[in-house]
Amino acid sequence: MQELGKAELNSTRIIRQDDNRVVIEKDLDTEYMVLSMGPQHPSTHGVLRLECITDGEVVVEAEPYLGYLHRCFEKYCEKVDYPGIVPYTDRMDYLAGMNTELAFCLGVEKLLDIEIPRRVEFIRVIVSELNRIASHLVAIGTYGIDLGAFTPFLFCFRDREHILNLLEWISGARMLYNYIWIGGLSFDVPADFKKRVAEFVTYFKPKTRELQQLLTENEIFVKRTRGVGMMPAEVAINYAWSGPMLRGSGVKWDLRRNDPYSIYPELDFDVPVPDGKLSDIGDSLSRHLVRALEIEESLKIIEQCLDKMPEVEGFNSRSAIPKKIRPKAGEVYARAENPRGEVGFYIVSDGKSTKPLRCKARSSCFVNLAAMKDLSKGQLIPDLVAIIGSIDIVLGEVDR
Amino acid sequence: MDNGMEEAGNSMSAAVQQSKAAYDLIRARFGDAVSEFDANPTMPFFEVLDLSKWVDIALFMRDDSRLKFNYMACLSGVDYLEQNQLGIVCNLESIGHHPHRIAVKVKCQRDGGSIPSVSCVWHTANWHEREAYDMYGMTFDGHPDLRRILCPEDWTGFPLRKDYQVQETYHGIKVPY
Repeated sequence: MQELGKAELNSTRIIRQDDNRVVIEKDLDTEYMVLSMGPQHPSTHGVLRLECITDGEVVVEAEPYLGYLHRCFEKYCEKVDYPGIVPYTDRMDYLAGMNTELAFCLGVEKLLDIEIPRRVEFIRVIVSELNRIASHLVAIGTYGIDLGAFTPFLFCFRDREHILNLLEWISGARMLYNYIWIGGLSFDVPADFKKRVAEFVTYFKPKTRELQQLLTENEIFVKRTRGVGMMPAEVAINYAWSGPMLRGSGVKWDLRRNDPYSIYPELDFDVPVPDGKLSDIGDSLSRHLVRALEIEESLKIIEQCLDKMPEVEGFNSRSAIPKKIRPKAGEVYARAENPRGEVGFYIVSDGKSTKPLRCKARSSCFVNLAAMKDLSKGQLIPDLVAIIGSIDIVLGEVDR
Repeated sequence: MDNGMEEAGNSMSAAVQQSKAAYDLIRARFGDAVSEFDANPTMPFFEVLDLSKWVDIALFMRDDSRLKFNYMACLSGVDYLEQNQLGIVCNLESIGHHPHRIAVKVKCQRDGGSIPSVSCVWHTANWHEREAYDMYGMTFDGHPDLRRILCPEDWTGFPLRKDYQVQETYHGIKVPY
């Protein structure tokens, strides 16, 4: 019996017969093949390389190689002054520039210990939630493409265009905004901004339903994603997953609720987690579902902000910006809930210089991607595509 | 002094108080292996003085029911040029158990220094430690796969050190431009 056990380890097949005999088939090993997926593979959403060791079509292990887009953001931070870093943060997660800017500015503002005008806070939340929707639309659209559904992609990009137009209108740029500044905003919003955002919300609300019908209720899409890339909650926390990834595993954890910043405590919104009816908790479909539901929550937040935002005559959005940004000596770890998870900045100031002594960016995708090796074990290659897509990486942020 | 901090009366000081309570438990268990508590209002922290205890402290922090620091938000490498040291800063918190969060600093020598790896305690530390090694050059004892992660494997020098000199050429390409 012991020998049988050993034989089973050496990928030998044992077929038990009815009459207490066994047939042993030896040397069934196929040779492992190393398959390099990327850096140009479309499903890696950028320049990521996965070195897959495959046994037939089964992935034995996939090791991610990154750094193709590494620009050493952190070294630049030590060379330019605080306001000069803000444009660089845009270039990290280029799909959610506003959110990353907000996280960085929160950190420096904590060090400076300054009060932000209420109107600025509301505008910041509106633009970051708009950006969150835009980012989730890209995530959902490209995820559809990865799995062979082309139509949702067109729908998503059509609606995202409206958001980019709005953001371009207020900041002058489509993706790399440099709009949220330390202590304020580069400009106040134009006069009609509220009206046009409200119009967009009314237009977009029924579209979220449409998107759900196209993907979440699509039989083929569900078959490709349900039960694929399971991640139990405990392991997800140990891997420090955050954002939709962590919530997809059923952990109700959202920094907007659990470590509130800006005016989020005043706003009423849910933190969606999968309930296990439409998906298995912790699979790729759950993660997609969380993103889809979050879009609706973001719309809710924007509506409330539009209602509550104070109108100030002759408002100067730069009034709270200090003449010279030179925080006192200290260190801070500030973070914000980005579309892809927790983005944090660890900033050290020596109190003398206008440049940070150290500025580390905690990238959400980088951390989420670290679990790839475990997630990929024993998966089929097409499922690997479904898993990478569900992580929703932006390589600009992974490599910084 | 701590009372003064707490009576300052904003929401931050409540958070610092919680960190202090967590720290007291660690101090009671490990004594002089950890430094005094630093009630920094924006990021309260303590330092691990006895490097050989770092993994034990990490396990205690993760598993003790009163602490349950199960989530490592961030691990950053830092260059302390003046003290001739390199170090890491870990931001820890507890998801689903306690509201407290705390930062831990671990320092080592600048030349050839090494820090015990905690990637077995928090899986997320695996890549963070690789990044710290890549950028600062301290090694992590017991790390399963300590390679460069963001820079190419044949890159020379550690870019985020304060005294880093960029190499002249890389595979025949002029580097500083």
